Amino acid sequence: MVPEVVPDTEVLVSFRGVQKSYDGESLIVKHLDLDIRKGEFLTLLGPSGSGKTTCLMMLAGFETPTHGEIRLNGALLNHVPPHKRNIGMVFQNYALFPHMTVGENLAYPLKIRNFSKSDIDAKVMHALSMVKLEKLAHRYPAQLSGGQQQRVALARALVFNPQLVLMDEPLGALDKQLREHMQMEIKHIHDSLGVTVVYVTHDQGEALTMSDRVAVFKDGIIQQIDSAYNLYEAPVNSFVASFIGENNTLEGEVQSLQDGLCQVKLGDGIGLTAKAVCADRAGARTTMSIRPERVRLNGASEQCANRFQGKLQEFIYFGDHVRLRMDVAGNPSFIVKVPVSELDGSWSVGDSISLGWNPEDIRALDPLNP
Amino acid sequence: MNAPLTAADGEPLKKKLAREQRLKQFKAIALVAPLGLFLLLTFLVPITSLLFRSVDNPEVVTALPHTSQLIRAWDQRGLPSDAVYSALAEDLARAKADGTLADASKRLNMEISGYRSLLMRTARKMPLQLAAGESVRDHFIQIDERWGDPDHWHAIARNAKSWSPYYLYRSLDLRENKSGVPELTPVNERAYLSIFGRTMWMSLWVTVFCMLLGYPVAYWLANLPKRQSNLLMILVLLPFWTSVLVRVAAWIVLLQSEGLINSGLMALGIIDHPLQLAFNRTGVYIAMVHILLPFVILPSYSVMKSIPPSYVKAAISLGDHPFAAFWKIYFPQTLPGVAAGALLVFIMCLGYYITPALLGSPEDQMVSYYVAFYTNVTINWGMAAALGSLLLIATLALYAVYSKLVGTDRLSLG
Ligand SMILES: Nc1ncnc2c1ncn2[C@@H]1O[C@H](COP(=O)(O)OP(=O)(O)O)[C@@H](O)[C@H]1O
Ligand SMILES: [Mg+2]
Repeated sequence: MVPEVVPDTEVLVSFRGVQKSYDGESLIVKHLDLDIRKGEFLTLLGPSGSGKTTCLMMLAGFETPTHGEIRLNGALLNHVPPHKRNIGMVFQNYALFPHMTVGENLAYPLKIRNFSKSDIDAKVMHALSMVKLEKLAHRYPAQLSGGQQQRVALARALVFNPQLVLMDEPLGALDKQLREHMQMEIKHIHDSLGVTVVYVTHDQGEALTMSDRVAVFKDGIIQQIDSAYNLYEAPVNSFVASFIGENNTLEGEVQSLQDGLCQVKLGDGIGLTAKAVCADRAGARTTMSIRPERVRLNGASEQCANRFQGKLQEFIYFGDHVRLRMDVAGNPSFIVKVPVSELDGSWSVGDSISLGWNPEDIRALDPLNP
Repeated sequence: MNAPLTAADGEPLKKKLAREQRLKQFKAIALVAPLGLFLLLTFLVPITSLLFRSVDNPEVVTALPHTSQLIRAWDQRGLPSDAVYSALAEDLARAKADGTLADASKRLNMEISGYRSLLMRTARKMPLQLAAGESVRDHFIQIDERWGDPDHWHAIARNAKSWSPYYLYRSLDLRENKSGVPELTPVNERAYLSIFGRTMWMSLWVTVFCMLLGYPVAYWLANLPKRQSNLLMILVLLPFWTSVLVRVAAWIVLLQSEGLINSGLMALGIIDHPLQLAFNRTGVYIAMVHILLPFVILPSYSVMKSIPPSYVKAAISLGDHPFAAFWKIYFPQTLPGVAAGALLVFIMCLGYYITPALLGSPEDQMVSYYVAFYTNVTINWGMAAALGSLLLIATLALYAVYSKLVGTDRLSLG
């Protein structure tokens, strides 16, 4: 018997045990349990091919789940056709209708909903003013720049006041500067409208800056769903740690566990203490992850429980900071971030420098290469 | 004034650039020249001569030069002056000798039947042997009283110019009345207007059938995975692998009363009399649609291939029913390809010859059939050229209307 699902006022969409296969041989979405809260900005983040678009398409109704159920406001969505779902969508190529003006594009969903002519005009102008394009209502999409087309697509997805808007890599075709600008603009629109947004991207920076929560996908499974801060500071496995932000890895074998910490022996016999996240038994192999900015150098490292000697390999200059590539404990591409002000002028390539970090800052995760 | 910019070697930049571009232009011309020459010889020259032939009218002027010259001054009332009769006598004598009379009499015979024998008979009586005091006119009328009939002189007068709208008029079921104004020929003599009408009508239907059958196929192909659509595209192009003649022959085998389709249907007991499928309009339509279908499918397919599926998805996500979304969003975007295909098919239909000739009844023949008839059977270049020219003009006019409606810059052949 299927357990009765109690409609939760906070939850807008829930995926329960959803699976999807296109060819009957492999599962693109392996097992999806996901609650999307009302009003939140949720990002599906993952490498391309990890099934993000497929999830979005199932939610929009263009693909049917092979198994499992999707509910919107507690009502089963599986057999509701896509045009009855009232979900706004922004496509990567914008999909603005080329034979209609911007105004006609925006009026399209309103005409279908039988609004009066004056209502339509008012809503269209309101939506255009939201994306600051009031003056372009009579242009055709081909006469707009990429950024303007993006805004029109956004306005069109919002103009009929859907409670849920899906965006599939909507900024993928824009250049970096415009993309960052639009990220902020979308974020502000989300804040002011209170609409629920499900956003798909493979760009982790985008995901971290925009989202309330991020779901990290890999091979059709959500690896971690959390706030941007937790994803960065407390990744639950090696994939998340390496996919989000920069990170240094060290391989080793767990010796003992105690109070949430573990003793790990590295390949060359050196031992260190790390926060036990995935390491659950002595003798297991583990990949440990530490962020470059958590590594301390020279004097600052004296208080640390884990201390090493690293051989300086390369200076990489970034303007506000310098990255030092070092050979540490058998990892020849160990990166340490140093603010320019803390740089020691006497360092040169080939020097041996002492460094260290606290056990809470290095996380013992699942082995990357088991 | 700024001094002209110069390159590093002191030469003016403009001059250097011009020389560079001259070389490029020369290369472009050299690449295009062979085709240009080929088109000039095989396309422009024949079409020009076709247009010329349709108004060319040399026979009477050549055979009867003096008569032609004098009769132009005739006021067209009563009979021409004696001088014209004398000139005719002189011309006939010479024409008989140098053999140009046959063409002229054939030409005049088109105007009034019996003119050939009149001319031959009169020419035999040349040179004139006038009795004393007898006028030339009376003598002619004595040879044949038709020389006293103004109509016969009007016929010469009409052809006293080396060009004439006669063939074009006839191709439109018109004729010049006595005052030179075109009028419709009597109903029982009309033929060509209905042939032109039939040609347009049949072309229209073939085009409509091609679009109705081709559009869904193109849509299906455009939405299949690439491997399958490539394979099926070969099947679509299969008709191009054999000659039109062979395909028409195959259709005859299939469609005739004892053909495969009829005997199959009768064996299954679906019909008990053979259906008349060949040697009538049905057969012509079936074979022409089959031959011309790829010309609708290919441009439609290539346009559909370029339309991302996200457009229709977007329309559906905005709340539109999938059918409405298809009609309002997808279909308008395929128009350039479909319109180009339709235009192609229609224009090819207008000139179709072999299929109606082999698979149709006399009632299903199109303009091209009569062009071939006048070229091969009666050797009447004037009529053949006039029909061909009118077909060309009609095609161009239709094209102009069409491009006004659809916009040729929006057509896409893929
Ligand atoms: N319509 C489809 N038919 C068959 N396979 C598909 C289809 N759509 C996506 N796939 C496959 O599913 C996998 C995941 O695709 P997708 O959901 O688009 O991933 P993402 O959006 O994360 O890049 C890919 O390997 C892709 O080839
Ligand atoms: Mg995708």
